[in-house]
Amino acid sequence: MTAGMPILSILIFFPVIGALFILFVMNKERAEEIRWVALIISAVEFLISLYLPFTFDRHNAGFQWVEKTVWIKRFGMNYYLGADGVSMLLVLLTTFVTIVCVLASWRDISIKLKGYMSLLLLVETCSLGIFLSLDLFLFYIFWEAVLIPMVFIIGIWGGMRRLYSAMKFFIFTFVGSLFMLLGIIALYYYHGKMTGVYTFDTAILFNNPIAPDMQFWIFIAFFLGFAVKVPLFPLHTWLPDAHTEAPTAGSIVLAAVLLKLGTYGFLRFSLPLLPNASMSFAPLMMFISSVAIIYGALVTIAQKDMKKLVAYSSVSHMGFVMLGIFALNLEGLKGSLLQMVNHGISTGALFLMVGMIYERTHDRTIASYGGLFKPVPVYGTFFLITVLSSMGFPSTNGFIGELFVLLGTYKANWAYVIPAVIGVLLGAAYLLWLFQRVFLGEVLHPGAGAGAGRHPLKDLGLRETLTALSFAVLVFWIGICPRSILDVMEPSLNRIVRQVERNSKKAAENSASAVALVLSAENSYNPQNDPDVERGYQEHQEDYQKTKERRERDDDAQRQDGQPHNEEQWKRNQYPQGDNDPYGVKKSHDQPQN
Amino acid sequence: MIELAWLIPMLPFTGAVINGFFGSRMPKKTVGLIACLVMAGAFIISSSLFIKILSLPVDQRSIEVTYFTWIASGAFHLDIGFLIDPLSTLMIMVVTGVGLLIHIYSVGYMHEDKGFWRYFAYLNLFVFFMLMLVLGGNYLVMFLGWEGVGLCSFLLIGFWYEKKSASDAGKKAFVVNRIGDFGFVLGLFLLFWTLSSHGVTSLDYKTVFASLHHIDTATITVITLLLFVGATGKSAQLPLYVWLPDAMEGPTPVSALIHAATMVTAGVYMIARNNALYAMAPISGEVVAVVGICTALFAATIGLVQNDIKKVLAYSTVSQLGYMFAAVGLGAYTAGVFHLMTHAFFKGLMFLGSGSVIHAMGGEQDMRKMGGLHKHMKITSVTFIIGALAIAGMPPFSGFWSKDEILWEAFEKGHTIIWAMGLLTAFLTAFYMFRQVFMTFTGECRADRHTQEHLHESPKIMTVPLIILAILAAAGGIVGISFFEEGTAAHHFLSPVFEQGGHAAANVGGHVAQNGEALHGGMEAILMAVSVAAGLCGIFLAGLLYYAPLKKYAPSFWRPEVIAAAFKPVYALLYNKYYVDEMYDHIIVNPIKRFCGWCLSFDLGIIDGIVNGAAWTTRLWAWLLHKFDIYIIDGVINSAATFTGYNSGFWRRLQTGRLQNYALIFVIGLLIIVGSALLG
Repeated sequence: MTAGMPILSILIFFPVIGALFILFVMNKERAEEIRWVALIISAVEFLISLYLPFTFDRHNAGFQWVEKTVWIKRFGMNYYLGADGVSMLLVLLTTFVTIVCVLASWRDISIKLKGYMSLLLLVETCSLGIFLSLDLFLFYIFWEAVLIPMVFIIGIWGGMRRLYSAMKFFIFTFVGSLFMLLGIIALYYYHGKMTGVYTFDTAILFNNPIAPDMQFWIFIAFFLGFAVKVPLFPLHTWLPDAHTEAPTAGSIVLAAVLLKLGTYGFLRFSLPLLPNASMSFAPLMMFISSVAIIYGALVTIAQKDMKKLVAYSSVSHMGFVMLGIFALNLEGLKGSLLQMVNHGISTGALFLMVGMIYERTHDRTIASYGGLFKPVPVYGTFFLITVLSSMGFPSTNGFIGELFVLLGTYKANWAYVIPAVIGVLLGAAYLLWLFQRVFLGEVLHPGAGAGAGRHPLKDLGLRETLTALSFAVLVFWIGICPRSILDVMEPSLNRIVRQVERNSKKAAENSASAVALVLSAENSYNPQNDPDVERGYQEHQEDYQKTKERRERDDDAQRQDGQPHNEEQWKRNQYPQGDNDPYGVKKSHDQPQN
Repeated sequence: MIELAWLIPMLPFTGAVINGFFGSRMPKKTVGLIACLVMAGAFIISSSLFIKILSLPVDQRSIEVTYFTWIASGAFHLDIGFLIDPLSTLMIMVVTGVGLLIHIYSVGYMHEDKGFWRYFAYLNLFVFFMLMLVLGGNYLVMFLGWEGVGLCSFLLIGFWYEKKSASDAGKKAFVVNRIGDFGFVLGLFLLFWTLSSHGVTSLDYKTVFASLHHIDTATITVITLLLFVGATGKSAQLPLYVWLPDAMEGPTPVSALIHAATMVTAGVYMIARNNALYAMAPISGEVVAVVGICTALFAATIGLVQNDIKKVLAYSTVSQLGYMFAAVGLGAYTAGVFHLMTHAFFKGLMFLGSGSVIHAMGGEQDMRKMGGLHKHMKITSVTFIIGALAIAGMPPFSGFWSKDEILWEAFEKGHTIIWAMGLLTAFLTAFYMFRQVFMTFTGECRADRHTQEHLHESPKIMTVPLIILAILAAAGGIVGISFFEEGTAAHHFLSPVFEQGGHAAANVGGHVAQNGEALHGGMEAILMAVSVAAGLCGIFLAGLLYYAPLKKYAPSFWRPEVIAAAFKPVYALLYNKYYVDEMYDHIIVNPIKRFCGWCLSFDLGIIDGIVNGAAWTTRLWAWLLHKFDIYIIDGVINSAATFTGYNSGFWRRLQTGRLQNYALIFVIGLLIIVGSALLG
């Protein structure tokens, strides 16, 4: 909670302002200007989002930068935003990917540019809204809102079958979301009936889990909403069509951001709100996920179109993420959150790569290509790095993510490690096969004419190289120093794991005693009086205490040998200005602001 | 010196980065110079490290160095760090030493290639990963190297990627290796989780080896077998050896470095490193030994009939690796690693020699088109023959000492069958190696005129490494024996590393070992004589077949064509490598591909069919309802309207507009009312 600045609101609504500016102020004849303005807006947005990691209190497991205002008091709806380690990573991914999307559309899109760029920025707003909402109703609104700009992006700027794909995408996900809405309303009423407090506020809902038998049905409703977005086998068939028909930037944002919404929903809402159901569904979910991993990989192998191949590979990769989530332990959650980020990076980059070649040749059939390494070595190198990242090669990001998912899965049920590892194996097979067919062998590409290589392809320009390079840097950065990310997510995920444990017990108690936990009737819930918030706070304090002790130990050690023993010390040595709050004591903790 | 250890892998890495990013814009000389200099630097540091380790007291020769924390999370902590001990220093000596020579050789061999810079970037990168593999202080760093060398192998096999066969071979190598890694990863997981359930949350070798007592025999057997699956992939053992012969599509120095001297020995290194685990799992040891010796024999039989100069060497590599596995499987780690080292010398030498031949022949690899090359390239031929003598186990060349050590250990430990198979393999090896020597270097040249005119000895930059390797291949055994044999100057150089493994293995084979003591001495000399005799026999029989001066003494049935004709099915079987590739295609690859096709049809037909079917059904309903709406609902309304219309049309007739009619009706009506009132 920083001094009053509503950073999250600024973050969410800045792109809207940008979109409106482009739409109503810019002259549509001056395409170049529109591109630059869109780029600047997304870059500024990214810079704003960088405020978060710099002010993030990494020992605080709770929500930070919380904003909360009553919205519709009668229905217990609040404008309630907040971010923890989980949301922050996905927010950063979103803002980063949006810049890439603008850059990827630079030459790709030339008609109705104004509308396109505005819609792209609206997608960003809605996605950020989803990741930052802590009120279920607000969450639902953003959840549905994101569909609209996305459908237009596919339907207007897409390929040959764009209308079919856009409709399919819309109806498929919309039907899923309706079930989710049903679930949210059921949760609202049931919780209200139980406690007397009718609210969509997750701060309250997280601490008062409803009875397990009701959780069962709400879980199914949530499942339908989230699983379609993931997409989980067998609800995945909108994905290849939408991906294939969308313009490059649409595919990137779809893969990197929109597919994360489903898994984020499971992680943020299904697990803590419906702990008992999550636990009893976990074996089934792990089974479905393993089927998705292998099935997705097998279907991918058979693809003949590059973009479809990448699209189907997402089914397999997202199966991995789901497997990690429903391992229901810290390692698994860490792995799946990291895989969410990784999938955003590697699959986003793969779509970018496919888009780059499609821009040059207007052909995506794998069989039309061969030996591209020769005319376009720089492109080939970046493609190889992306392929390595996607298949989980050690020293790239994918490896760390897969490792943690596997560790978590092993802990939950060792048998599922085998399909997962087979999935990794098949992943290597289809990705390398793709690489081999396109980049190795005789030089062959569409438009090359009879004498292959007579019209050599142009290698990457500066703009493209920089875009690809930014992905490559992330790939190796996460692969070699994964701690920088793992440390950010650890407290928040730990909290989720503990919430699941605690809430499942509590829900069982609630239903056994059948004594409704009636809080004050005026909906003026005060978390200070809630024993669970207090308990969570104590746990947080314990963590905090431990961290403090560890740091003091490090400080003593530093005093003795003069060497920095942790990053903070190193930083302090680098920037020795007076910090009178070295342990962040004055920073606030896990309390929602009223 | 220990402080500089990080430079050993980082130097080649720097070379790879420089050449990779700027190589295309630099002259070839600079590229080659950078690549060789970083290797020389790494070699010098490795040597001083080796000397340093030698100078330390035996019990202090194992040093752990930690650089930074790679992954730390809850119960899981992993550093990037090295374990420097006799085993790893020996390995880095081999990798950097042989690697340096092959880099120098490559400058000459590749000087005309357009991808010169790319080649050296990959080669340096390979050395980096290989050094990480052998230096790594925990399993994940080893795994990083393990996968990394696989990647570089993929890149280098497919270096001439415009050739379809080359890029296919690269992919095959990677995928087959990945199958092996499947086992390797599962093994690591099982190891980690078994240990972590006992509170051990590190994968450092030292920690793991110190806490093995927590694990029961069954689990450790499974772990070691899974790790061995990884080794069969990387080190080309049955049944995953198929990629190595195809890997010969890469440039010849690559075959020498990666597919003979270093990468393929990673599996042997891995088992030697994990000797403590294998010592606790005697069954796994047996499996390793049996698979190893079967591979040795199996590959040797294929080698008998190959005509491609590099393919012969490839199968002999598979075969020699089998020897090493037999050794480490039996617990004779020292012998296995010793053979690993001598093999790196003589097989590296022979590959480079074959490269020199191919260079001279203008790219020709078929031995049937060679012959009489000794006249034209004396250095290559003499050094190649030294290599062949070494691999055939002729004293005093290096291969003799190490091979003999393995055979003796097998015999001493009571594995007579393994010993016999090893002996047979030794005989076959000597035969096909000298078949190769005779076909290539002696007799009349069978090449076309044009090629013959261009025959020449390779430049110095290629022959000098050949000479150095030849010296090593010749004398390496005698020098090496002082490190590996008991009771010599550098007493038990490797034995501290294998202490745990050695003791446990000795316990397992208890009474056998005692028998061994009794057998020692005279028996060893006899066995030595037997194996030398087997080798000589092989050379002699090859000479009768292929060496002109001896040919005339051969009986009439002892001619290649006659034998091939007489044993036609066997010959075909061997010539086609037992049809293993075809078998894999039929049993595994094609069914998987077909299955993928089915899955795709299922996805498009059934799953998407359901989705589209739902959409279609909805539209059908919409259409039906539309019709219902038009004909029924709207029909009812319209008919109501029509009915009303007709109805009113009928009644309209009353509205005639004539006053008289109205008056008449009025009167009638009035009459009816009045009448009914009066009557009522």
